[in-house]
Amino acid sequence: MLTVLVLLVGALAALGGAAMPLARSAAGARLVHAGCVAAGVVLAAGGLAGLLGGPAALELPFGPPWGPARLALDALSSWFLLPLGIAVACASLFALGGVHGAVPARELVPWPLFVAGMALTLLAADGFTLLLGFEAMSLASWVLVAHDHAQAENRRAARIYLVFAGFGGLALILACGLMAGGAGDVAFAAFRDAPPEGWRAAAVLALVLAGAGSKAGLAPLHVWLPLAHPAAPSHVSAVMSGAMTKVALYVLARFVFDLMGPAQPFWLGAPLIALGAASAVIGALRANLEEDTKTLLACSTIENVGLIAIGLGLALAFRGADLPALAALAAGAALLHVLNHAVFKTLLFLAAGEVLHGALSRRIDRLGGLIHRMPWTAWAALAGVAAAAALPPLSGFASEWLLLQALLSAWRVGDLAFQMGAAAATALAALATALAAAAMVRFWGLVFLGRPRTPRAAGAEESGGAVRIALVVPAVLTVLLGLVPGLMLDLAEPALRLMAGAAAPRADLLAVGAAEGGARYWPILVAALVAAAIGLVVWLVRRRAPAGVARGPAWDCGFMAPPHHLPFGDPATQPSAAGFGQPLRRMLGESLLAAREGVAMPPPGDTRPAVLESGFHDPALAALEGPLPRWREALATQAEKLRDLSIRQCLGLTFGAVVLMLALLAWLEGR
Amino acid sequence: MSFGHLPYDVAHLLGGGVLLLSFVLLYQRRIGAVINAFAMQGTLLALAAAWQGYVQGAPGLYLTAVLALAAKGVLIPLALHAIVRRLDLHRTVETALGIGPSLVAGVGLVGLAILVVLPATEGARALAREDLALALSVVLLGMLMMISRRNAISQVIGLLSLENGLILAAIGVAGMPLVVELSTAALVLMVAVVAAVFAFQIRERFDTLDTHHLEEHRGERR
Repeated sequence: MLTVLVLLVGALAALGGAAMPLARSAAGARLVHAGCVAAGVVLAAGGLAGLLGGPAALELPFGPPWGPARLALDALSSWFLLPLGIAVACASLFALGGVHGAVPARELVPWPLFVAGMALTLLAADGFTLLLGFEAMSLASWVLVAHDHAQAENRRAARIYLVFAGFGGLALILACGLMAGGAGDVAFAAFRDAPPEGWRAAAVLALVLAGAGSKAGLAPLHVWLPLAHPAAPSHVSAVMSGAMTKVALYVLARFVFDLMGPAQPFWLGAPLIALGAASAVIGALRANLEEDTKTLLACSTIENVGLIAIGLGLALAFRGADLPALAALAAGAALLHVLNHAVFKTLLFLAAGEVLHGALSRRIDRLGGLIHRMPWTAWAALAGVAAAAALPPLSGFASEWLLLQALLSAWRVGDLAFQMGAAAATALAALATALAAAAMVRFWGLVFLGRPRTPRAAGAEESGGAVRIALVVPAVLTVLLGLVPGLMLDLAEPALRLMAGAAAPRADLLAVGAAEGGARYWPILVAALVAAAIGLVVWLVRRRAPAGVARGPAWDCGFMAPPHHLPFGDPATQPSAAGFGQPLRRMLGESLLAAREGVAMPPPGDTRPAVLESGFHDPALAALEGPLPRWREALATQAEKLRDLSIRQCLGLTFGAVVLMLALLAWLEGR
Repeated sequence: MSFGHLPYDVAHLLGGGVLLLSFVLLYQRRIGAVINAFAMQGTLLALAAAWQGYVQGAPGLYLTAVLALAAKGVLIPLALHAIVRRLDLHRTVETALGIGPSLVAGVGLVGLAILVVLPATEGARALAREDLALALSVVLLGMLMMISRRNAISQVIGLLSLENGLILAAIGVAGMPLVVELSTAALVLMVAVVAAVFAFQIRERFDTLDTHHLEEHRGERR
């Protein structure tokens, strides 16, 4: 199977090359996207085969100058191939349906390369190949983020994304170097033979957290996500959110669980838990305040990545405290959420993309009432939204429930400070989950319910064909994954053994449980109960309703009739995106997101109206940048002066540089 | 072969002569004298090449010598004189850096070249080492001349004298293919021709060869 996957990576790279001429015609673009659909299916099948079969390793006959490129497929990488394959297949299918003519080459060429980079990262078995894949993934996705570079905000997003990608790659290179030590052997087998200890372990963890964490969107390195996701095409943001953050989490898990060896102290998990909790809360809160659908979903991704990081950190702590069963529980929750989040977030981004295509806007304040015009999209998105809000019996609930069970068992680690921290993390995770539910209600309610806020939203049109399939498949998967979490945990067992040294606590096939005799969750039973309750309500309403349906005008809350120039009603009579988020902004935003609100009152005698101004900004970017922008500005101003030099002065600069180099050489020789 | 042997001494003398003429180029105040000094440098270079051809037994170097003599010693100086006459230029050299400071800088550059080359080429033949140090000095002095003169003709001469240094380095090293030498020489000659054409254009437009006047006409000024 590994051979097939390696050949697939090669084929994807070749497809990227061939995409240049193919982009000239619609048929060629469709061919490229169809190839990527097939690649996604093969990747997911490869993941399944890797989980069911055994591990495999392969040495390529070529590679870096000092040795062969090593590749391997084990349980952990197989598990991460599943979300990658599903996300790529659905997103490519969506893109396939959206091709209506020649596609710009800069949008088509990087797409297969992006997929190939992610697959290579998962298959790598030495530091060099890992970094190669990771950087290919970063660069290809950067090109895709920058595809619409006519707009200044997209250019800014791409620039910030590139800086973060470069920073992450640098941190990972340093981490690999630190793992390799003096010998300089970057094979994973060599890493495992000499696991770092003490300060080296802490340094590797910090570097991996900075490198993989910045890619995954862990706070405080999450700032690029809400900027880059809206800038990329919809199918790309779906994969960036659904799969690329997971690949980064895979790198994190590969380092801390596998390469750094099992003999690590429990406190190594603490930074992961802390950063995860912070990301979860900030992401969920921002998701409640953003007014752009894709930005909102990107913030929700930060929240989910935070939850997964909490799971990974707990697993690490439990393993260090010699509690393998609990470690497996936490790791199982994290792995399950990786898969579930990949599926439902891909679905939600694709739905947002379809809304953008149909109603021509990403701004919530320009949408509304789309369930009438885009029923397939609306109902598919409802499945994803319910999963993201962690409603039983959908997929998000199962994994978040398991995570909460693991958090509630954190007192079993016998360190008081850790117990206190875990209790705080539990509270923060619960808060984040509730905030995420609120954000999802806001997203789906404002976009799909109510009345259209603009004529364009009233005339939205839904695509059929491949796009519809691309929405229905992940929606069905979201429901199915929610119903059989026990089966998925069984499937993940080899990966859990690799990470935690034990299998997850077994319940029966249809249930998941925290421990023997502990809490249990039977999703199918819950689904049956929920279905029965809904059926009862529907039946009662039908029974008591008068025969025949009469449609009347929507009640406008007592506002006066809309003026003639607003045939679709006054938008102000519906809640706006900012208005819906106002209570949360006032409650939590002021301290966490520097939210502000003020009334600009004109002086007496001025005829301008008073204006209520409100907004927020994430302080993370400014804090990360520090004085760097000012220094760059000063440096650029100085460098600008070079342009005014005369020809003679330019020659003199060259001459001076040559003389300086010669002097340096003479000095070095003289020493 | 070292100090005291005839081949070494003569090669050393000729190389030193080329370097000396670079200094002569630096302190001339009249453009006609600059051109004459350049012609002498070309002639000395041709002699050095011929001597090396005789010592190394490489007949290719005789060709280099003949070419250097014909081009550097005769044709280019004649052409430059003709240009100066035709354009009726000021016969003085307009310097950007004074004569005295340029000479001091030149001495410093020669010292630097010796400091760099002698330790770096340890183990090579003494002749090659001395030759390389002399050649690097000539190259650096040519560059210095290019930046310390305002007149386009002087700048072109600086470039050509820089190329003399390159040839001096090439002939000192045994086994350097003739093709490399010739192509380098041809390249620099082409650059000189282009520069001459530009000089004519500049003269036509601005009535001067002082490149300083070009700066007022640059685009993208802030």
